Amino acid sequence: MVVAAFSDFMQQVVSGLASGGIYALLALALVIIHRSTGVINFAQGEMATLSAYIAWTLTVNHGWSYWPAFAATLAISFGGGVGIHRVVIRPVERGSVLRIVIVTIGLLVAINGFVIWEWGGEPQQLQSPFGTDTYSVGGVVVAAHDIGTIVVALGIVLLLWILFQFTKVGLAIRAAAVNPEEARLVGVRVTWMLALGWGLAATLGAVAGMLTAPTVGLDPQMMQAVLIYAFAAAVLGGIDSPIGAVVGGLLLGVLLNMLSYLSQYSAFGWFTEELRLPAALLIILVVLVVKPSGLFGRPEVKRV
Amino acid sequence: MTPRLTRTIGFVTFATFVVVIAVLPSFISDFKARDYSYVGIYLIALLGLNILTGYTGQISLGHGAFMAIGGYTTAILMAGNEEFGGPLSGGMKDVWTLPIAGLVAGLFGLAFGLPALRLSGLYLALATFAIAVAMPSTAKRLEEFTGGGSGIQLFGTPELTGSIANVRIFGWSLTPNDWMYYLAWSIALVAFAVAWLILRGRTGRAFRAVRDSETAAVSSGVSLARYKTLAFGISAAYAGVAGGLFVIASAFINPDAFPVALSIYLLVGIVVGGLGGLSGLVFGAIFIAFLPLWAQGQDLGSLLPDRIIEETQKPGGPAIVYGVVLILLMFVIPNGVSGLFRRIGQLISSRRYSRSK
Amino acid sequence: MTTLLELDQVGARYGPVQALHDVSLTVREGEVVAVLGANGAGKTTTLRAISGTVSRSGTIELEGKAVRGGPEAAAKSGIAHVPEGRGTFVDLTVLENLKLGAYTRRDRSVKADITRIAEYFPWMTERGGQRAGTLSGGEQQMLALGRALMGRPRLLLLDEPSLGLAPMIVREFFRIVRELNEKEGLTVLVVEQDARIALKASKRAYVLEVGRVALTGSSDELRGDESIRKSYLGY
Repeated sequence: MVVAAFSDFMQQVVSGLASGGIYALLALALVIIHRSTGVINFAQGEMATLSAYIAWTLTVNHGWSYWPAFAATLAISFGGGVGIHRVVIRPVERGSVLRIVIVTIGLLVAINGFVIWEWGGEPQQLQSPFGTDTYSVGGVVVAAHDIGTIVVALGIVLLLWILFQFTKVGLAIRAAAVNPEEARLVGVRVTWMLALGWGLAATLGAVAGMLTAPTVGLDPQMMQAVLIYAFAAAVLGGIDSPIGAVVGGLLLGVLLNMLSYLSQYSAFGWFTEELRLPAALLIILVVLVVKPSGLFGRPEVKRV
Repeated sequence: MTPRLTRTIGFVTFATFVVVIAVLPSFISDFKARDYSYVGIYLIALLGLNILTGYTGQISLGHGAFMAIGGYTTAILMAGNEEFGGPLSGGMKDVWTLPIAGLVAGLFGLAFGLPALRLSGLYLALATFAIAVAMPSTAKRLEEFTGGGSGIQLFGTPELTGSIANVRIFGWSLTPNDWMYYLAWSIALVAFAVAWLILRGRTGRAFRAVRDSETAAVSSGVSLARYKTLAFGISAAYAGVAGGLFVIASAFINPDAFPVALSIYLLVGIVVGGLGGLSGLVFGAIFIAFLPLWAQGQDLGSLLPDRIIEETQKPGGPAIVYGVVLILLMFVIPNGVSGLFRRIGQLISSRRYSRSK
Repeated sequence: MTTLLELDQVGARYGPVQALHDVSLTVREGEVVAVLGANGAGKTTTLRAISGTVSRSGTIELEGKAVRGGPEAAAKSGIAHVPEGRGTFVDLTVLENLKLGAYTRRDRSVKADITRIAEYFPWMTERGGQRAGTLSGGEQQMLALGRALMGRPRLLLLDEPSLGLAPMIVREFFRIVRELNEKEGLTVLVVEQDARIALKASKRAYVLEVGRVALTGSSDELRGDESIRKSYLGY
């Protein structure tokens, strides 16, 4: 009995880490954008969905094999992110908060509409590069896709970390994000660095989208819930902290799965799948009220 | 422009507006009256949201949720669940449910307003957005109250509402659509009057002080907590009334009746209309009610070439148009339509001064 | 000595407000020149006009070539501007701050330069990984100087380096500046509220008043003239 319970438990942990990895990627995208341009990008989820559809159309309609399509999608998404920043965001970056919100909402609506317009609303199937096999490790059944997701997610986070910590470009982006005026004085072309930030964020979203599609099915509303989970993860970890986004994402994924696992016991029986989203909402609210800077963020000092 | 002149113009405009509202149904088709009643319903919600965002500067992407609360209150009071007994087993006439819908939603608004004090700007937008997204699932989960996924319908009790069959008032017979129109607009006008009274008094000044500079407001003794929370409560109450009317109009409610899109539309409405005056809000309400239709090519059919209409009629097309228009509007008229009117007004009055020299 | 920097009838404005009207000055190679004046006289704006941080009119030439464009272009042409308040990248480490100073450089001696700079400020290598925001005011000022030097600039612009620092630290700072000027021929244009120390460290000075040059002369002359000191320099 205990063994069975344990393997169930571990299965939930593993799949929780996998979904958490996806939340982490999208949360990281949100954090990069917020840290560099001060914008909360409500359209991040739709951008990720669009990327997933691009990958799908390349593999299904144009016969590309998976990994080349994956790479091409990343490149296209990167370009898209840079383009969106330069054309749509930059003109309103410094304006009122309300204006920025409406612009990213406009993007959300337009991109969502475009996906439906181009490819229709019927769910499609995007293959997983890791196949549909499952493995049994010490009695615990894990899906190859989940393992692959965890590996890819953490791998990309690692690559990004190396980029930011050890390269000149990464340093420039970080400088431009925190002190744009001083960065300009040392010769950093701040606007381009911020655009790069958006490009990177879009790329992260693309990976998140391509990893999500195989499990839940590719449809236009695919990333809506994931976006909320990503927000919750980003807020939990600290909206300006990249580490926080990753830790927050993994934590959230495991936490939500734990609630599902525990719902088999009467004390937690009230928890149903429908409450996953409200649970994330609750986390957002509680964190913002109790410790707005999240787990890893630094408290903001309000200057009078 | 002297203040006296401005006031007179304002009064005349308002009076004209009321007259137009009153006689409009005689000139338009019965079906159209239904569309215009939605304009009135949205206007009520926008009046509330304007107090919150335009006057205390708090952004909400979640007012659809308050509409849902009001809507469910109305539905339960009218058609309710017999197990609960008392008012919750239904049987209340539609109009009487509205103040209660407003009250319940208002209380939730106050309750949310307190923790919301800790949030500002984007964070508040984010938190309220999350509420809007989570509302349908929560409604589904609270089945005993809300009827779960299948919702509550009001067709079983036609005697309680005028929106299903003809109504006789003072000897006149009104079609359901016309009745709905007049109900929505009379409440809208009352709502406007109440908002106007609130805003011209001390409360309004306090609200404006909070919006312009929180630090300054505090140092002049304005209690931020009190007024910001109050603004949330009032705006939620307005949304609740609008939600109740919404349910009366559709005679039906389920978790998907108040989707995230609605909350977004509401914010879009006040931004496009422009924060501030009534004229902007009316325009905003029209924008919300009709843009989706315009984006689909209806009403504009004769103006655009067929090819364009065809492409935008495909599913998703209207949304693309909607999103792009939204972005463009933010570039061109960031202060909305009423902002545009104000600038034109300034241009006119400045020319007047230079000419009289 | 050749002229390194020349300003001719330079004006500058912040939106509708005209902060500089007609400023003309020269800085020769290897000189330390001070710009003095009361608050609001336009000293900081002058530096901002040179580095292109503010919209300007008139002629500004560096080594005979017109200086155009924004701060990024100025940095590329060898102008290092240490702004008011030091402009430290507080979230980055000491070493990262230094590396950023060399951003526009394409050569391979960046690492060697860090070692060179550490000779003036040994603590920078010892505490290279420390977050710059946790440094003291004086250390941040030194770091800002070090960062500026990393760019191997033709011209160093210093904006009120004494602001918020204890006198002893200010003296040490200017001592290092003088040393850099004497040993490495670094050309410096320094804006200062503290006229006394600026005059000691510089060869020539300009005094600004309400956006214009009110008077100029050698620092020794200005220091020696009591009436000028009293009416223009406040001491």
